[in-house]
Amino acid sequence: MKLTTTLLASAALAVSAGASFAGSHMASEMTIVSWGGAYSKSQLKAYHEPYSEMTGVTILNDDSSPEGVPKLRAMNEAGNITWDVVDLEAADNIRACDEGLIIEIDPDVHLAPAPDGTLASVDFGDQLVSPCYIPTIVYSTTFGYRTDLVPAGVEPPTGACDVFDLEKYPGKRALNKRPIANMEWALLCDGVAYEDVYDALETDEGLARAFAKLDTIKDQTIWWSAAAEPIQLLADGEIFMGSSYNGRLFSMIVEQNQPVDMAWDWQMFDLDGWAVPAGLSPEREARALDYIRFSSDTQRLADQAAYISYGPARASSAPLVGQHAELGIEMAPHMPTDPANAQNTFLNNYEWWADYRDDIDAQFNAWLAR
Amino acid sequence: MTDTTNTGPVLAADGTPLKKSLARALRVQKTRALMLIAPLLVFVLISFIIPIGQMLFRSVENGIVEETLPDTIPLLVQWDASTGELPGEEIFAAMAQDLIVAVEAKKHTRLGSRLNYEQSGISSLFRKSGRAIKKWDPVADAPFKEKFIDVHEGWGELDTWRTIQTHARRVTPGYYLSAIDMRLTPDGVAAQPEDKRILIRLFVRTILLSLVIMGSCILLGYPVAWLLANLPPRKANVLMILVLLPFWTSLLVRTSAWKVMLQQQGVINDVLVWLGLVDDANRLIMINNQTGTIIAMTHILLPFMILPMYSVMQTIQPTYLRAAKSLGATNWTAFWRVYFPQSIPGIGAGSILVFILSIGYYITPEIVGGTKGVFISNRIAYHISSSLNWGLAAALATILLVLVLGLYWCYDKIVGIDNVKLG
Repeated sequence: MKLTTTLLASAALAVSAGASFAGSHMASEMTIVSWGGAYSKSQLKAYHEPYSEMTGVTILNDDSSPEGVPKLRAMNEAGNITWDVVDLEAADNIRACDEGLIIEIDPDVHLAPAPDGTLASVDFGDQLVSPCYIPTIVYSTTFGYRTDLVPAGVEPPTGACDVFDLEKYPGKRALNKRPIANMEWALLCDGVAYEDVYDALETDEGLARAFAKLDTIKDQTIWWSAAAEPIQLLADGEIFMGSSYNGRLFSMIVEQNQPVDMAWDWQMFDLDGWAVPAGLSPEREARALDYIRFSSDTQRLADQAAYISYGPARASSAPLVGQHAELGIEMAPHMPTDPANAQNTFLNNYEWWADYRDDIDAQFNAWLAR
Repeated sequence: MTDTTNTGPVLAADGTPLKKSLARALRVQKTRALMLIAPLLVFVLISFIIPIGQMLFRSVENGIVEETLPDTIPLLVQWDASTGELPGEEIFAAMAQDLIVAVEAKKHTRLGSRLNYEQSGISSLFRKSGRAIKKWDPVADAPFKEKFIDVHEGWGELDTWRTIQTHARRVTPGYYLSAIDMRLTPDGVAAQPEDKRILIRLFVRTILLSLVIMGSCILLGYPVAWLLANLPPRKANVLMILVLLPFWTSLLVRTSAWKVMLQQQGVINDVLVWLGLVDDANRLIMINNQTGTIIAMTHILLPFMILPMYSVMQTIQPTYLRAAKSLGATNWTAFWRVYFPQSIPGIGAGSILVFILSIGYYITPEIVGGTKGVFISNRIAYHISSSLNWGLAAALATILLVLVLGLYWCYDKIVGIDNVKLG
């Protein structure tokens, strides 16, 4: 009896010593950078809280992802990296990877395989658009409109092109203060064919045409830089319709019961996911990779979809997506990929944006300031 | 007699010459004083002067081109662009050599971004080419001229090479030219294309709006300061707290509060509609434009106007006004000829404070200014944190600094800085 107790105690000691040793080569605090609002909340519930509980790591949140790449560049230049894990969209990730600002991550080494043993690289498949990328969600930028502000006797708006129709739908609009998606919509709604949009944007005439189209609504547009802004503007009735990410609109419509509805047509698909800055100390890098391994496994990705209507990036997570964690409604009809919502969709050309972002950002901002 | 023959130096009690002893005592005193201010001096030096110096240096520094392309630049400088022919294979080979190294170190995109400030399109040229160049071998893959043009037609354009040649020097006036809507082209200094000329307009807007804000601060602040100075102390104290309370509240909170007040579905519009003064369909647009910036900044900067005015007005003797009136002046004459001139130093001090603060304001215009109500500082912030064109940001900041110093000098010439009283 006594012997077993001693044995058990020493075994427990050994295990705890081993555990603390395993923990000691990793940092005990980490800063995770994301987009704020409903999206950060879903990450908090699905990833941060279980991870902290499991490992005791303190997670600090920073909502700087809208300026992720420039801030990474600035930190890199200053030689002082304060972020451990950064949430970036695909084009930003490709850019940062090209510039050596973030590290390459081998999915089969650093990520968990699917429950049936499928390698991560196969499970993620085409979503691994850059060697530095661990995508977590498929989301879309789309429009929400105030149902109570639709003029009497007029059909409610159905998609992106209605934002340019001031006669049919008067009132203020909100658009993202950056060229991605806005330039594509401008050309598309001006009659350029879907497959010609990016070719047109490479030419001066195409750019001029896009700006001319945006000019028609410039006076009526409020430009947002954080995705929570258009949600607030819609809630206040300040705008008739505005672009935001579909998950934010979902949480405003379904969780907060605002008189707002979605206009899905020509929603812009994009990916979002994790990256790890280059130049971290080995302890911090190990911690960051450990966190990513945990938060990108099949179950965790499916868990996130229970809090916000973004599609998980792993094929093996899709069957696990079920109901909203708090409201108990089915999530599938709210997903951007649901057939009813995805009649006309636009796939963001990440590679193209990675190449042309510098050019078009400069011109877009000059246009805004005029 | 002995006194006149002793012509040696006057000695101190311990026998050292008095002059020396005095100098030593003074030196000790000075060192002590210096030690006392040393923490402040070091702090100012580290946190203020060195960073500003670095930023000023950045506004002309341009080493990146030569550092990224060490083999190409010496050859390219000798290339004569006026012949209208592309550089020879020698230069293309050097470029391949340099870019293979740069792509390996992932530095080519930075050079692309840098050159893109001068000619749009170069960033995508470098990024696209980088992916192909990664697979090249500097020896086996020669010759390179055709290969480059195959990868991207931009390499076959004269302008690309001329731009690189023009911006190869280590010290450049390019950023300052950009800051005043000009640019350095291969053919010399030229104006920016029409659609990129925005900075001069922003400078003018910044100064005009700052003047308007300063003016409205004077108009609103003067009566308040007068009341503060002339009410009995008990009431004046309460009023003073009302002035100071917003002053102690976070800037961001006050600005966000203005958003709630001013927006179309906001408090002010709701009240006006309820009173029937404004039609529900035509609510006033008071935010995301210049009106929003002026209103919010006037409110935020008002204490900076009231406080100096108040401290000057407190020193104006009420007996002067009484004397003027007893000599037959009307209320207006007594105020305008006797009281007002004495309060001018307070107006001057307040105006300088408000104007200089508002000319560099950033956060309030960003939140309530939309696109038409933003200042030059918002542009500086954009270049610091989004486009990362730190050279241009530094040039803009330097121009702003010189502008403020110039205005200060003008003020000194016209009003006289001795007339300014802060208390």
